[in-house]
Amino acid sequence: MRRDRTNAPGVLDDVEVAPGEPLIEVEDLHTHFEVGGGLFSSSHASVRAVDGVSFDIRRGEIFGLVGESGSGKTTLGRTLLGLAPATSGAIRYRGLDLATLTEPEFRPLRRRLSMVFQDPNASLNPAMTIVQSVGHPLRIHGLTHNRAETRERVIDMLERCGLAPAERFLDTYPEDLSGGQKQRVVIARSLITEPDFVVADEPVAALDMSVRAKVLELMMDLKDDLGLTYLYITHDLASGKFVCDRMAIMYLGQMVEWGDASRIYDDPQHPYTRALLEAVPLPDPARRGRDKHLPHGEIPDALEPPRGCRFHPRCPVAFEPCGWEGRDLVDAIEDRWTKVDEDTFERELSLVGDLADAKVTRAEARFPAAEADALRRWLEEIGPALPAKVFRGVESVEQDGHEVVVRFGYGPEPAPQDIAGHTVACHLHGVVPREGGIHAGPVRGSGSETGSGSARERGV
Amino acid sequence: MGEASAPPTGNLWYRIDHALRPWRRANPMARWLVIIGLLITGLFAFLALFPNLVAPYGESQYQYVVGGTEDPEDLDVRCGTEAECEQVPRRIEPSKGFPFGTTAARFDVFSRVVHGARVAFSIVLLSTALAMGIGVPLGLFSGYRGGKLDRVLVTLMDAVYVIPPLLLAIIVAFVLQAYFDPGLASAAVAVGVVYVPQYYRVIRNHTLSVKEEPFVEAARSMGAKPRTIITRYVFFNVVQSVPVIFTLNAADAVLTLAGLGFLGYGVPFPRAEWGLDVSQALSDVVSGFWWTAFFPGLATMLLVAGLTLVGEGLNDIVNPLLRVRGFRGRVARRALPAASGAAASEPGPAPSEGTDTSTPGGIR
Amino acid sequence: MTAAALPHHAAEDGTEIPPILEVRELSVAYGTYRGSLQAVDHVSFDLWPGESLGVVGESGCGKSSMGRGLLQLLPPGAAVGGSVNLDGEELIGVDRRRLRKARGEDIALVFQEPMTRLDPLMRVSDHFVEAIRAHRPRTSKQQARHLAREALAQMGIPPTRVDSYPHEFSGGMRQRIMLALGIVLSPKVIIADEPTTALDVIVEAQILDLLDRMRSDEQVGLLLITHNLGLVAETCDRVAVMYAGRIVEIGPVPEVFAHPEHPYTQGLLRSVISVDTTELSSIDGSPPDLVTPPPACRFAPRCPARFDACDEVDPVLASVGPSHEAACLLHPGSDALASTPVVRPSAGGAA
Repeated sequence: MRRDRTNAPGVLDDVEVAPGEPLIEVEDLHTHFEVGGGLFSSSHASVRAVDGVSFDIRRGEIFGLVGESGSGKTTLGRTLLGLAPATSGAIRYRGLDLATLTEPEFRPLRRRLSMVFQDPNASLNPAMTIVQSVGHPLRIHGLTHNRAETRERVIDMLERCGLAPAERFLDTYPEDLSGGQKQRVVIARSLITEPDFVVADEPVAALDMSVRAKVLELMMDLKDDLGLTYLYITHDLASGKFVCDRMAIMYLGQMVEWGDASRIYDDPQHPYTRALLEAVPLPDPARRGRDKHLPHGEIPDALEPPRGCRFHPRCPVAFEPCGWEGRDLVDAIEDRWTKVDEDTFERELSLVGDLADAKVTRAEARFPAAEADALRRWLEEIGPALPAKVFRGVESVEQDGHEVVVRFGYGPEPAPQDIAGHTVACHLHGVVPREGGIHAGPVRGSGSETGSGSARERGV
Repeated sequence: MGEASAPPTGNLWYRIDHALRPWRRANPMARWLVIIGLLITGLFAFLALFPNLVAPYGESQYQYVVGGTEDPEDLDVRCGTEAECEQVPRRIEPSKGFPFGTTAARFDVFSRVVHGARVAFSIVLLSTALAMGIGVPLGLFSGYRGGKLDRVLVTLMDAVYVIPPLLLAIIVAFVLQAYFDPGLASAAVAVGVVYVPQYYRVIRNHTLSVKEEPFVEAARSMGAKPRTIITRYVFFNVVQSVPVIFTLNAADAVLTLAGLGFLGYGVPFPRAEWGLDVSQALSDVVSGFWWTAFFPGLATMLLVAGLTLVGEGLNDIVNPLLRVRGFRGRVARRALPAASGAAASEPGPAPSEGTDTSTPGGIR
Repeated sequence: MTAAALPHHAAEDGTEIPPILEVRELSVAYGTYRGSLQAVDHVSFDLWPGESLGVVGESGCGKSSMGRGLLQLLPPGAAVGGSVNLDGEELIGVDRRRLRKARGEDIALVFQEPMTRLDPLMRVSDHFVEAIRAHRPRTSKQQARHLAREALAQMGIPPTRVDSYPHEFSGGMRQRIMLALGIVLSPKVIIADEPTTALDVIVEAQILDLLDRMRSDEQVGLLLITHNLGLVAETCDRVAVMYAGRIVEIGPVPEVFAHPEHPYTQGLLRSVISVDTTELSSIDGSPPDLVTPPPACRFAPRCPARFDACDEVDPVLASVGPSHEAACLLHPGSDALASTPVVRPSAGGAA
């Protein structure tokens, strides 16, 4: 062990953080998971669940992390608490870099950093009574010395969490409680060791809407009473608006827009944020039949995220520099085929051949074709008419023997910029390449040669 | 206050009540399986505990006092001293004095069968305790830790598992014979080794799935050490499958023990063991003396059946997927005059009067 | 009733269109070890062609059981009572073969988790060929594939992918495949049970747009079962609010959302957290145990407006506005014993 374990809490008490000062500072954090490498594949691919994220959480605030499933928001929360190992980067908490701690070194810190899970039905041990569950953290950290003391603390905490009289719940099992009651128990368990930072991972998503408000209210009251700082992870922009002081919108492991919550809601700058806000259903019948500008498709696989801006294949306002690449063209042609009649489809399919045979890289797409000339002319003709704006990124369509080569221009990954009082990573506000990003098109500057962009590992 | 009225709290009663819940929720069929199985097993357990209350003779007794006595314990002592003794007759058909008949070696088959229950129970209990004692902790540890150790153990256990149980038991018994005198303990070890992989596999796989439950991650996030997590969070949630494997294995162990005995690797003669008795009676069968092999065989079969019933029933109770069966819903009639009146004023189909108990053909 | 309030009820020439689905006194009961649990308790409603009816309520209020009860897709031991009339044909009590034909061909079902409904070992096209040929045995494989391609293209799945396996698609794509499977036989009614609960907001909006397009293009009756009032507001013509196995309020969406008459509906609407929310609100307590439900009004134990009669009289649905009904004693018609029998708007007399 590299560090003296007993030393850690001592360090913590020395570092006093005033309200409003950063309690957690995250710098270029990456969390990658190795996948594959099994029996049949020799290569180790990695899912970039969190891919270069920097932000800070100030003491006493509620910081929201909003995104779809697959955006890496839960992994980010788990990484902050050492439940998922950070691949690189730093997490500073009261002068300590949490990313470098080993599991045993982290353990004593866990009374100060706790977590509320999404599904209260699954996050309580069904074989433990409520008093055992809620009291266990106290025993683990040696904060109480006998059963009566533990019981007293548990009663106190349960009543604070709205389970009064607590005696009626102490010796029951979780299955006898309703969903809302269970979540109160989970909250009580996470707060009983007097933490100062709580990660709440979708704390109300699994609850009935009739009790969501109650639980959110409780969490906000407890925050004020106990001086807590929350990281509030959610896919629900509506509750995020009500709860958060500052927030970040995540997409495919990166933050696309972050800053003051009210500013983001009032004046969203990133097309993804706008799309999310647009898509949230509101209980207002007047909105029925309104024109929604929905992004097409779904969040892609984080194994090989799109180059350039990661949102560009779905973005309704994408333009030339957004990072168009070979597979976007393949997808756009496929998409075209859902809209043409069957004869056209058969004719075009015979022209293009099996799309799986096309060789796509970050800079070009090569289509092997029997009639390369006809294919080139067809591509030039339908390309600009494709609904996806992929042809805006095309520099040239050429014949190369029996292949047609479509070359793409430079499409850098956008760097964060300060717009309208918050931070946005989008080319609409000026094309600024992000250092070390996965850029599309011909190699320029610091971008690396390989498609999957291992240069990201170097960090900023 | 909270969202629903708080449940009643007792202390001990509530916990017992909680423990018995799966039983109450189980379907009636599963409960009957368990009850019948327990009755059969209980009968044999009684024989095993108090063989002398039931059996008129000792397990290897070939003489008896003329005129009979109520206390078979004293028989061996008194016979051959001053009492007048007579040998148990050879190969007598089941009759009043010898309800299951007698063997060529002048044993009362009924007494052998009764005493055999004791041997069967002791070995089954010893062997499953051994298998559980090794298999459960190993499965928990290996499943929770994962990694290389897990792979090695899985391979090892699979290697053991592919050997046919009886063959494995014979090999172990054979090896043990080289070092120890054959007896209850070595037979128990031979039978027990066979079942270690079963406990290991079930517990390991169950641990793997429980490990992914959020409450395990919650325990980690509270700062619990792996040992605490395994013992307090994982163990109690995987232990429920143990009674099922236990009863099913016990049934199997009875058969393995009988097999070992039959082949002569089990408990040595003259201890009463059913498999051994059947093998001793082999030559009788061809000569028409059916009872010497029939009754020990029947006892084996009954005990196996009893334990299997308990196991299958428990499996149904522990496995919630099967719980739904066995209870039928009944659509209640609505006792509201106005409601049916409103429906009756409807154009179109007739109101639901009279259809309330209909269960459509597709659902049964 | 006025055609203006419910446009689906009247044809352009003014004649009245009969509902495609007439449900009367539908009940579903499950067996439990504690006794019979009546998950759906004498529910009646109509659904017109081209209309979308939203069914909302908390979990455990019987909305899913109702959806399954319509097609009698229930676990063993469950009982169904009442009447489900699909385009003039009674479905309750018919034999298994007729029921199988109805499922899929007349009424399509779309569930929450599409992956469990798709066979992982079958290509997507094979799902279609099998489904089509099960209902129309004389269709050739070629024809079936053609139909599949068309239905999938409508849902935005490219024809190059019809021979892929279900696991090669993302969650939203699988739900699109399920929708395509649902419409390929041109059903008259679609029952969508929380079709988007497992999906993200953007994909949810995409899927709902597709559902809505199917409804208006093909004049299909859509029954959307959801817990999300926002979805109902943005997709449905009418809404039925269920509580403890019963419909407590039913009416046109704009009417119910603007003037909710049942305290439960009011509570639900208030507890929605939306982007415009400035104050949090919730309903105290939780839904009753349906093995032993409250004797009279089932919402009484949680109701903020409860008075003495609520514990004695079981309210029935009564008209509270144009084709808008609520079952609450605050409205005079709901006390069935005190007033004349309620005349339902579908009989043509109310308002």
